[in-house]
Amino acid sequence: MAKRSVSILNRLLANPSSPFTAPTRSITYMPRPGDGAPRTVTLIPGDGIGPLVTGAVEQVFEAMHAPVHFERYEVRGNMRKVPEEVMESVKRNKVCLKGGLATPVGGGVSSLNMQLRKELDIFASLVNCINVPGLVTRHENVDIVVIRENTEGEYAGLEHEVVPGVVESLKVITKFCSERIARYAFEYAYLNNRKKVTAVHKANIMKLADGLFLESCREVAKAYPGITYNEIIVDNCCMQLVAKPEQFDVMVTPNLYGNLIANTAAGIAGGTGVMPGGNVGAEHAIFEQGASAGNVGNDKIVEQKKANPVALLLSSAMMLKHLQFPTFADRLEVAVKQVIREGKWRTKDLGGDCTTQEVVDAVIAALD
Amino acid sequence: MSRRQSLTLVKNLGRFTTGSKNQTRSVTYMPRPGDGKPRPVTLIPGDGVGPLVTNAVEQVMEAMHAPVYFEPFDVHGDMKSLPEGLVESIKKNKVCLKGGLKTPVGGGVSSLNVNLRKELDLFASLVNCFNLPGLASRHENVDIVVIRENTEGEYAGLEHEVVPGVVESLKVITKFCSERIAKYAFEYAYLNNRKKVTAVHKANIMKLADGLFLESCQEVAKKYPSIAYNEIIVDNCCMQLVARPEQFDVMVTPNLYGNLVANTAAGIAGGTGVMPGGNVGAEYAVFEQGASAGNVGKDTTEEQKNANPVALLLSSAMMLRHLQFPSFADRLETAVKRVIAEGKCRTEDLGGKSTTQEVVDAVISKLD
Repeated sequence: MAKRSVSILNRLLANPSSPFTAPTRSITYMPRPGDGAPRTVTLIPGDGIGPLVTGAVEQVFEAMHAPVHFERYEVRGNMRKVPEEVMESVKRNKVCLKGGLATPVGGGVSSLNMQLRKELDIFASLVNCINVPGLVTRHENVDIVVIRENTEGEYAGLEHEVVPGVVESLKVITKFCSERIARYAFEYAYLNNRKKVTAVHKANIMKLADGLFLESCREVAKAYPGITYNEIIVDNCCMQLVAKPEQFDVMVTPNLYGNLIANTAAGIAGGTGVMPGGNVGAEHAIFEQGASAGNVGNDKIVEQKKANPVALLLSSAMMLKHLQFPTFADRLEVAVKQVIREGKWRTKDLGGDCTTQEVVDAVIAALD
Repeated sequence: MSRRQSLTLVKNLGRFTTGSKNQTRSVTYMPRPGDGKPRPVTLIPGDGVGPLVTNAVEQVMEAMHAPVYFEPFDVHGDMKSLPEGLVESIKKNKVCLKGGLKTPVGGGVSSLNVNLRKELDLFASLVNCFNLPGLASRHENVDIVVIRENTEGEYAGLEHEVVPGVVESLKVITKFCSERIAKYAFEYAYLNNRKKVTAVHKANIMKLADGLFLESCQEVAKKYPSIAYNEIIVDNCCMQLVARPEQFDVMVTPNLYGNLVANTAAGIAGGTGVMPGGNVGAEYAVFEQGASAGNVGKDTTEEQKNANPVALLLSSAMMLRHLQFPSFADRLETAVKRVIAEGKCRTEDLGGKSTTQEVVDAVISKLD
């Protein structure tokens, strides 16, 4: 079981989006006998633009003849909880691909995105925010991996109304969870030849809570003397991100800060429509749009079918690596990056005017 | 009484922000008899670069012969509580100017910045983030005012260790505080001819807490039908800030989100070294660097004495308006903006090599 998690980590961490300067890669992979057996993946199309972008992934996989077949389940953000059969399917398949689930604001329905992560104990969320060649942004030299604790902290969902008009919301930080996310972050850095891990915190104010998080990070840092470790207070961090993003490498954060930092970093590197990411636990993995996974777009985008499929396509390439189909992953990534670099087929958030389908067709045409 | 004062403050803040687009102003002020009487202001130099930048303000005030005299108090961030005479002095003077107080990370000492705000009930923190002419930044058309609740929320400092290795941190949101910050924000928008107020929240996850905040904002919004009101989830907000900041006008936020959003907005508009801001309550006002007020700079900045005094100078201009010395405020602002527009005298964070003293001398020479 531990061995499986190492290999899962290995797959996940095998540089999800290495900067492709050349259109093709020259690495030979040696599969083991039986590696080509088709794998089943749970697919949750989700709400809003979810079905649109997961449909894009399905089309591209078919065009590639990837040895993956999807078990599709309808889940909507306003359901009371994730259906039993979906949970069983994910536990069986170990891997899930999903579009966003729109969590209603207010009301009594808790976030299904969160439920999934908690139930399957998927404690690390990873987003790689990197400048994509061909996509002009205001910030250059951005290559930040945000590793965010996924299960506790501010998003534990523990709130109650003490008396009418006064609400308490609990933020819980435990040594157990802080330690494992810190270990994950340093391990990621070690396996991917990253030089620096930065812990993001607000321990000058939340001394005990974020202090505990920091302690755990420091302890783990001692075990990796070859990796630089530093800490930064979250408000300064936001400012530094937009001023000098090149100073950041791997960032390890608790739940809420990670959410905001990941979105900010995604924004400066090109937008949440192109950043790949995933959620991983000891036994399961869920792949979805890198940052802003709960964002299901607005009605107009759904109508005009102009959602950006790039983020989910790159995340599904990460998934293919995770499933140990590296050549398929490479082909998919190369095709997507070629389409972006050429710049002819871009959806609205990247400054173009294409529909999702046009981008998908362009990617399929670019496959070799 | 307090209403009028807060109205005056808001009105004066507004004059400042509309004036930021002109180099010199051509408005005639009609003082009342006795308005020229010198006013005492409590001065807290603070830690790190604090004494450097507050001294810059003192020099400039003297050069202008401003009818202000300072009562300095020695306060350091690692003191256990605020010194004896300080709070009384501020209660007498009603106005305070301070450099940053460095709050130690971890340990048992609570933040004196936060203590001061709580003791004086300075419930609104205001930062105006806008592009300064002459200061190139990656984002244009930025003119955002972040109004942040200053007393409760995540920074209430209520934490405890339940059992070893498990810490609970309370985030408290009350209707009372949410309502008054919403009222402040809309009032600010109304008095300063701002078109839109955006509430920043994460109520899809923290349904009760941020839900209560939103409810309060929605209620207040009904009273201002001519001001557009919308809501944005904080993670999307961070992304939008770095992608299209021109969509934001006035933003009203709870404590933590406001801290991060203010720093991000300050960063995109030119850096926390130039953005003015202040904290205001019903009866008192404390002026300090706009965002990142607890940031007291690095040791090298302190040694080489090249901290950026611009933010505190612009905040002290806000203070002059608050004290009803508008022509002094105008002169100070014009001089500072001339220096920035010229670009010859800039500290390290703006890309130059000047020391604090050189910037101060430049500002004094440009006073008319």
